[in-house]
Amino acid sequence: MSSSAQKVSVADERQTSTHKFLIHEKGDHVGVATSPIKEGEKVTGIFMNDNTEVELVANGDIPLGHKIALVDLGEGQPVLKYGIQIGLTTQVWKPGDYVHTHNIKTARW
Amino acid sequence: MEQRLYGYRRENGKVGVRNHVIILPVDDISNAACEAVARQIQGTMALPHAYGRLQYGPDLDLHFRTMIGIGSNPNVAAVVVIGIEENWSKLIADGIAKTGKPVSYFSIEGNGDLETIRRASWKAKEYVQWASELQKEPIELKDLTISIKCGESDTTTGLGSCPTVSQAVDRLLDAGATVFFGETSELTGGEHLIYNRMATDELKEKFMRIYDNYVGEIESKGVDLLGSQPTQGNIAGGLSTIEEKALGNIAKTGTKEVIGVLDPAESPENGSGLYFMDTSSAAAECITLMAAGGAVLHLFPTGQGNIIGNPIEPVVKITANPITAGTMSEHIDVDVQGLLSRSITLEEAGDQLMEVIARTVNGRLTCAEALGHKEFVMTKLYRSA
Repeated sequence: MSSSAQKVSVADERQTSTHKFLIHEKGDHVGVATSPIKEGEKVTGIFMNDNTEVELVANGDIPLGHKIALVDLGEGQPVLKYGIQIGLTTQVWKPGDYVHTHNIKTARW
Repeated sequence: MEQRLYGYRRENGKVGVRNHVIILPVDDISNAACEAVARQIQGTMALPHAYGRLQYGPDLDLHFRTMIGIGSNPNVAAVVVIGIEENWSKLIADGIAKTGKPVSYFSIEGNGDLETIRRASWKAKEYVQWASELQKEPIELKDLTISIKCGESDTTTGLGSCPTVSQAVDRLLDAGATVFFGETSELTGGEHLIYNRMATDELKEKFMRIYDNYVGEIESKGVDLLGSQPTQGNIAGGLSTIEEKALGNIAKTGTKEVIGVLDPAESPENGSGLYFMDTSSAAAECITLMAAGGAVLHLFPTGQGNIIGNPIEPVVKITANPITAGTMSEHIDVDVQGLLSRSITLEEAGDQLMEVIARTVNGRLTCAEALGHKEFVMTKLYRSA
C-alpha cells in the first residue's frame, strides 16, 4: 500500500475551511464528502483527530456523505475508517476514487 | 450556564418529565374501548397496539413486561388498563401498582364495550383531573434515565450527530444519570468494542450470549443481514457496509464502561450508569422497549431523516446532515451541521444538545411531539399459539 495522501498544513479547527471532505483518523483509507465533489475537482480534506489536511483529485462525482479513497489498495484488502476495519475492497482502488458498494463489501459475509 | 431542571417526582421516587394519563389496552381487541375513553376524557392518551392474545412463554413474558413497564414509566402519572379478560388485565394493573401510582383495570367480557367505556371513563376523568394538579419540582440530571438510538443513519451520523450524543452521554453519566443503548444486531462489526467496555467478565459473557443469539436467529432463517443492513436509506446516505454503520452507531455511546446488560423492556436494578439493552434496531420497537425499561427522554441522531416519536418519552432529533436539516427541518431539534463545515466544535455541539435536553425536560415539546408522532410498537418474539 502506498499513500499519496500528503500532509499539507495544520488547519485551525475554528476556521470555516474550504475543505470538501473529512477523515476520522490518520491511517484511515477513506474520507467522507461534506460537500458534493465533482469528477476532476482538486479537493482538500481534514483529518479530524489532528486537523492536518490532504489534497486529492477526485476520479468521479462524490455526493455529500459518500466516501473518497485516500490510498492505493489492491483487491481483497481491509479498509480502515475510524482506525477500524469497515470491510474489504472488491476492486483495485486509486486515490480519489469514489468508494461505495461497487468497490467495498462487508468482511462478515 | 446551567439551567434549573424541573420534573415530576413519582410515588416511588423516580422522576418523570411528562405527566401522561394513559389508557392501556391489554390486547388488540381492547384498542377500540381504550380509544373511546381517550376521545371522551380530554388529556388522556390511548396506546393501541397489535398484540396480547394467545402469546406464550418468553414472548408473553415480554408482552407483560412491556405493558407493566410502560405503565410504570415515571412520565406516566396514572393508568387505566382495559383488557378482554380479567386475569391478564389484573396482572398488568398489579404490576403497575407496585410503583404506588394510581391504576385501575376493567375487563370487557360480560360487560361489553359500552359499559366498560362508561366505567373506565369515570376513572380516567378522576385520574386526569388529579394529575393536572401535580406540581413539578426541582430535579437534577442524576434523576433522569435517558435512552439513545439512531436511525436513517448515514456517514454524517458517525461524523456529527452521534459524537454529539456521545458528548451528552458522558456528561449525563458524569452527573449520575442512567443511560440505555441497544440495537443488538446493529453492533455487528463493532461488537468487540462494546464487549471490551463491559464492567465485568460476567457482563461480557452475558452480552456475547445475547449478541450471538440475535445474529444466530437471523442466520437460522437462512439469510444474513445484508438484505436489510445497511438499509436502502443508509446506502443512499453513503454507508457501504454493516461494519461502517456499526462504528457510526457506537460513536454515540460515550466512553464510559457498561455496568449492566438488560433484557428487552427490563428496568435496571443496579443503580445509575450506562446499560446495554437487548433490542431490535427498528426505531419504534427499540424506543418502546427502552420506555418500558423506564427511560424518560430519548436522544435520536439521524442522517437521512428518521421521523420517529414515542407516546411516553419525548424524542429529541439531532442531525449533522445539511441536506436533511434543510429539507426536513420540522423534524430536527438540534442542528449540528456546523460540525461538517467545522464552524462549531464537538464540545459546542454537546453544549447545544445539553441545552435542548434541559428545555425538553422543562416542558418544551420536541418536534416529534409537536408533529404528533406516537409510534408505540410492541416487540413480538414469535407467532402466537
